[in-house]
Amino acid sequence: MAKIKGAIVVNKERCKGCRLCVVACPAKVIAMSKQVNSKGYNYAQMANEDACVGCASCGIVCPDGCISVYKVKVD
Amino acid sequence: MTIEDIIKPENLVYKKPDIMNDRPMHYCPGCSHGVVHKLIAEVLEEMDIVEDTIGITPVGCAVFAYNYLDIDWEEAAHGRAPAMAVAIKRLRPNKLVFTYQGDGDLAAIGTAETIHACNRGDSITIIFINNGIYGMTGGQMAPTTLEGMKTATCPYGRNTRLNGYPLKITNLLKELDGTCYVTRQSVHTAAAVRKAKKAIRKAFENNINQKGVSVVEIVSTCNSGWKLSPEKANEWMEENMFPAYPLGDLKDTTGDNQAK
Amino acid sequence: MSEEIKLMKGNEAIAHAAIRCGCDGYFGYPITPQSEVLETLMEIEPWKTTGMNVLQAESEIAAINMVYGGAGTGKKVMTSSSSPGVSLKQEGVSYLAGAELPALIVNVMRGGPGLGTIQPSQADYFQTVKGGGHGDYRLIALAPASVQEMADFVGLAFDLAFKYRNPAIILADGVIGQMMEKVVLPPFKPRRTDEEIEKECPWAAIGKKKNRERNVITSLELDPAVMEERNNHLQRKYKTIEENEVRYEEVQCEDAEYLLVAFGSSARICQKAVELARAQGIKVGLLRPITLWPFPTKAIAKYADQVKSMLSVELNAGQMVEDIRLAVNGKVKVEHFGRLGGIVYTPDEIIEAMKAKIM
Repeated sequence: MAKIKGAIVVNKERCKGCRLCVVACPAKVIAMSKQVNSKGYNYAQMANEDACVGCASCGIVCPDGCISVYKVKVD
Repeated sequence: MTIEDIIKPENLVYKKPDIMNDRPMHYCPGCSHGVVHKLIAEVLEEMDIVEDTIGITPVGCAVFAYNYLDIDWEEAAHGRAPAMAVAIKRLRPNKLVFTYQGDGDLAAIGTAETIHACNRGDSITIIFINNGIYGMTGGQMAPTTLEGMKTATCPYGRNTRLNGYPLKITNLLKELDGTCYVTRQSVHTAAAVRKAKKAIRKAFENNINQKGVSVVEIVSTCNSGWKLSPEKANEWMEENMFPAYPLGDLKDTTGDNQAK
Repeated sequence: MSEEIKLMKGNEAIAHAAIRCGCDGYFGYPITPQSEVLETLMEIEPWKTTGMNVLQAESEIAAINMVYGGAGTGKKVMTSSSSPGVSLKQEGVSYLAGAELPALIVNVMRGGPGLGTIQPSQADYFQTVKGGGHGDYRLIALAPASVQEMADFVGLAFDLAFKYRNPAIILADGVIGQMMEKVVLPPFKPRRTDEEIEKECPWAAIGKKKNRERNVITSLELDPAVMEERNNHLQRKYKTIEENEVRYEEVQCEDAEYLLVAFGSSARICQKAVELARAQGIKVGLLRPITLWPFPTKAIAKYADQVKSMLSVELNAGQMVEDIRLAVNGKVKVEHFGRLGGIVYTPDEIIEAMKAKIM
């Protein structure tokens, strides 16, 4: 059965750590980093890579356009 | 399959629109403005109309929207954007002319300009960010501030005897013959963002097709002004703002509402 | 075809001249004594011929912001009003100046302060040449003294506005706006095409093309150093205008021992006063500033070496007299004579004032 695999790339310098992507993700893929970026924000990152289905909910709700979403069909 | 196998250009399904440039936006973390900016950018790109678009920024937090979207802009005096938009549309009828305004800009100081632009019926689009507060000046009471809601100028909560009632201006605008499409949306969930994007697309198409004024109100958060985390602000908005400002289309006379 | 001489009001001449000089848009609001500008345009319906837009706005504030919006797209746009309405416009005027947009504002002055009177006055001199709105800015200010000049100055004001990317104002008064005189209207000049505007106004917000940066019409800048430089740039521009655009008229000044200084309708009355005074053997001349800003400071300073004294004749409580005194810098006596409340002086009254105040 075909399976959908997704991944995200976060522009961590642009991220302001608002966590709205964490809330929006239905698969609980995203968590905030322990590190901070140059502005002092904890940034979003994939914490549970395998769970990502590339639904793009995180990117869609991101106010700062920090998230690129990739999706591929795996046979 | 590794992450590297997935992250390839051919697998890209979502990214920041090209006309939203790399300049960091000054908005607070979690601010709704960024999402709406992004939607405008996406719709303009999808309609392939960037070269024929003139945006008008307000006075308020979105005054610097012109720094973030690579389109031509004019920066309005407080509340005057609709008057400017009417003139621009009359002088350049083939352009997509839109205003981007907050609640103080549109529903307080600019009420006359808003009402008359909407009544005159020139095909402009008004994107109206309603977060019930003045963000840029530090969280003062807006015309749309809810009853009992605390702001810097109603620190004990909006008292309707002292301050009057929350102004549901979009409800007024739908009554005017010049408006063709009046809708109230939000951008707090992915599903809501998708709907808001459709609304903006429709409003911009009405603009190009000379159908009249389209008003897209986005019920938004101002988590700094509300003194809540972005997440809590969304919850507060659902509980408090949505009952006062219910989402959905208030008016659509463009004739294609059956298609939905 | 020979020139066609017409008889019309100053306000009507403004409207006809606007259409003929290729104006793209007029945005106004009715107010006495200038309503004939909008009325004439609505009667002519120039959108059917030249394509010029005419719109009655909901307020003077909306009208000036329509001008601001239209000017930002490179179009040749204007508004007109009278004193209380022009007060309302000051916000937009300041924005026009700050964003360096060419536009034309016409003020057919009436008496103030407040609602004042609908009768003529020249009490908006300070408002016009000293700012009016907020911030350090200048308007190119033309003061017509005849219906012919009402017609001629529309094109001139637009030319100067576009040359310097600065709002220009025609400061007339109820006398010039309402009186009928013969006038030769300027020839028809086609409105500029969108391509011509794009070439002449590369700064205009008309939709961002791929080969250029976005155009942003704004007066906002939060970085103090950048804002100071923006202001310095404006001041340099104003200096250039002061050096190049001073306009004035001299009447019988060659041998004058006394000098009247007056603009607009007052200058017309002073011209008769000069004639009558000379018949009495008084050697008096008249200097009429045509540009109130830039002010003919140098010309007036020159006469301080020639005449015994000067009288500023204005339909106000004494406004331009301050600029004359600055120009003269104490060299000769400078006095003011004015009437208020909509009363207009006669030439004889001016001669009496001369005798009483400066002789």
